[in-house]
Amino acid sequence: MKNLILSMAFTLNFPLVAQAETLRMAVTTSFENSGLADILLPAINDELDIQVQLLVVGTGQALTLGAAGDVDAVLVHSRTAEDAFVAAGHATHRREIMYNDFVLIGPTADPAQIAGAETAAEALRKIDETDVIFVSRGDDSGTHKMELSLWQSAGIAPDDLGVPYRSVGSGMGAALNTASGLNAYILSDRPTWLTFGNKGDLSLLFSGDQVLFNPYSLLPVNPERHPHVNADAVTKLEDWLAGPRGKEVIESYTFDGQPLFVHSAVAD
Amino acid sequence: MNDLTQGLAEAVYRVVTLDPELVEITLRSLQVTVTAVVIAAAIALPLGAWLAVTRFWARRYVIAVLNALMGLPPVVVGLIVYIMLSRSGPFGVLGLLFTPTAMIIAQVIIVTPLIASVAHQALRDLWSEYHDLLISLNTTKRQRIATLLWDGRRALLTACLAGFGRAIGEVGAIMIVGGNIDNATRVLTTAIALETGKGNFSLALGLGFVLIMLAIILNLVIHSLSRTERSNLW
Amino acid sequence: MVASIFPLQMKEASVKRRGVRLIGPIDLDLGAEGLTIILGPNGSGKTSLLRLMHGLERPATGSVSWATTQSEVRMHQAYVFQTPTMMRRSVTDCIAYALTVMGVPRAEARLAAVDYAKRVSLGHLLDHPAGVLSGGEKQKLALARALIRQPQILFLDEPCANLDGRATKDIEAILNDVRAQGTRIVMATHDLGQARRLADDLLFMLNGHVHEHGKADAFFANPDTPEAKAFLDGQIVE
Repeated sequence: MKNLILSMAFTLNFPLVAQAETLRMAVTTSFENSGLADILLPAINDELDIQVQLLVVGTGQALTLGAAGDVDAVLVHSRTAEDAFVAAGHATHRREIMYNDFVLIGPTADPAQIAGAETAAEALRKIDETDVIFVSRGDDSGTHKMELSLWQSAGIAPDDLGVPYRSVGSGMGAALNTASGLNAYILSDRPTWLTFGNKGDLSLLFSGDQVLFNPYSLLPVNPERHPHVNADAVTKLEDWLAGPRGKEVIESYTFDGQPLFVHSAVAD
Repeated sequence: MNDLTQGLAEAVYRVVTLDPELVEITLRSLQVTVTAVVIAAAIALPLGAWLAVTRFWARRYVIAVLNALMGLPPVVVGLIVYIMLSRSGPFGVLGLLFTPTAMIIAQVIIVTPLIASVAHQALRDLWSEYHDLLISLNTTKRQRIATLLWDGRRALLTACLAGFGRAIGEVGAIMIVGGNIDNATRVLTTAIALETGKGNFSLALGLGFVLIMLAIILNLVIHSLSRTERSNLW
Repeated sequence: MVASIFPLQMKEASVKRRGVRLIGPIDLDLGAEGLTIILGPNGSGKTSLLRLMHGLERPATGSVSWATTQSEVRMHQAYVFQTPTMMRRSVTDCIAYALTVMGVPRAEARLAAVDYAKRVSLGHLLDHPAGVLSGGEKQKLALARALIRQPQILFLDEPCANLDGRATKDIEAILNDVRAQGTRIVMATHDLGQARRLADDLLFMLNGHVHEHGKADAFFANPDTPEAKAFLDGQIVE
């Protein structure tokens, strides 16, 4: 019995977290899935001496965490939700940092023939007319909200699609897996699609429409509401991300020669 | 099937090469769960013993509640602990959210009723055996509890291991209160959830195999250290 | 010198369980000397009477009083149950337990336990788990555990009921030694032969009542009650 207790005491003596200046930021799953964080965070650590801790959650949860003051900043891609967030006083402002785009993925054979469509709305109408399956994120994420607005602009209520509309309520990777398994159509952000490892018989069929533009913004949590937030670190982070170094690092992240994100911040 | 064999290969590869990320999250898993079980046992074992030897009017209800608490959905516990520890919540000033400490707190809450119930059941049986003797020997209640805890230690070890099993595989609560932050609060189960969500099934399975092996090895080590299967009677 | 707990005085004491009278009302006085046998057929209430004397049962009516307070008196009593409880420990630790709960340091208690184990011929089984002992060995352990506290009174509930002749002889020999050293013994049995061998005085019980109480020789020579006569004749008495 004594041996037991001694062994347990041994395993408990490992240090837990390294001590640099820490900043907690809630980000969306599609940001994490793109893999950009893997080059961004080390650069920030080196150049700003800030250790950024990422909480990877859905857009809704990210904003809730920001409102509660449990994180120092939020990085999401849902314009209307962000505006509401700032208007409610949870963040001091929104600073657009970068964008990528959404793309429509589907079976290579393209039974709905969306590859030749002019607009995203037209592509969705074609999907509605054919008897193909469409997989939706269904989780109130930025991607999901974009998808719903597209259906709206096409004049179709997703409920009217009936059986071929599969709402999976999960992250981008798992939804893509489902689409791959069902050989279905799906809306995805480009970086996640490019880095996705289980494409199956799916291909990128439609892109380029302006409405598919997907901007990511940084929302610093309001220090007046939550005095404990590390507002200085957030400002440093924001300036760096918006500035030339941020642009360099973000656009250095490529896949097959293409940058996955385009830096769009206007430096102060 | 392909994913399964790939997952197994992933697991073996990462273990054999002592992949630093795997080592880090594995150690953290152990740290969080072992600490939680030790704290939970410190509360639950004496509680189980005390309930076994004490007669009082509300005893049946307390035991019923304890048994019911075993069925607490971990994710609900996580939400409640999150609300408590959130900056907007009562204990926000402690700044415990998204730290391993918060994860330990959530796991203690989940696992204590389980250990207490199992311990109580075992010690109740032991007490009915020892009852007349310990009264005849004029023991105090404290002595009775101590004796039951010592003589019943094999069954209590099982209770603790049941608690450990529950905690090491738990993901809902610690995801919410820990945040699955890379290099800070990521453990095996939350990493599995993350990779699954990214569609990296074989990596997720690989981590899963590591988790299973970890639980098995720990059980073997504990049983051999306490020589459970060697004595011929208990 | 420790104060004597005697005499025991029982006045109209009875034991009830769930409203049903098990034994009593009983009037009884016990002094500090000798070996008393409680004799009677199965179900006559011998166990209940022993438990009442030891304080394991509370009197539903009447009173049971010793010369000192109830909690003090327990320290000077010891009880050997009919099927003794073997703790999940070695023989030595089982016997030593009786001392460690009284505050005796462990090392000292173990030494005394080894000594008493040898006195009851368990010296070769010291490190065995108590649970694997035979019936006779368990009874001896229980006896050692009782005697190690050097009680003023020793209660035994049918200690030889399940034992063979050899083991019974051993136990009776130990009891005779204990009696010779001045310990009061009160023992229940339904074995006539054993009663004849050991008793100084005797209580005859039937249906929860004490029918006769007196010197053993007188009882065996000439019992007062017809039930006792029938019992001694070997008849089944209800």
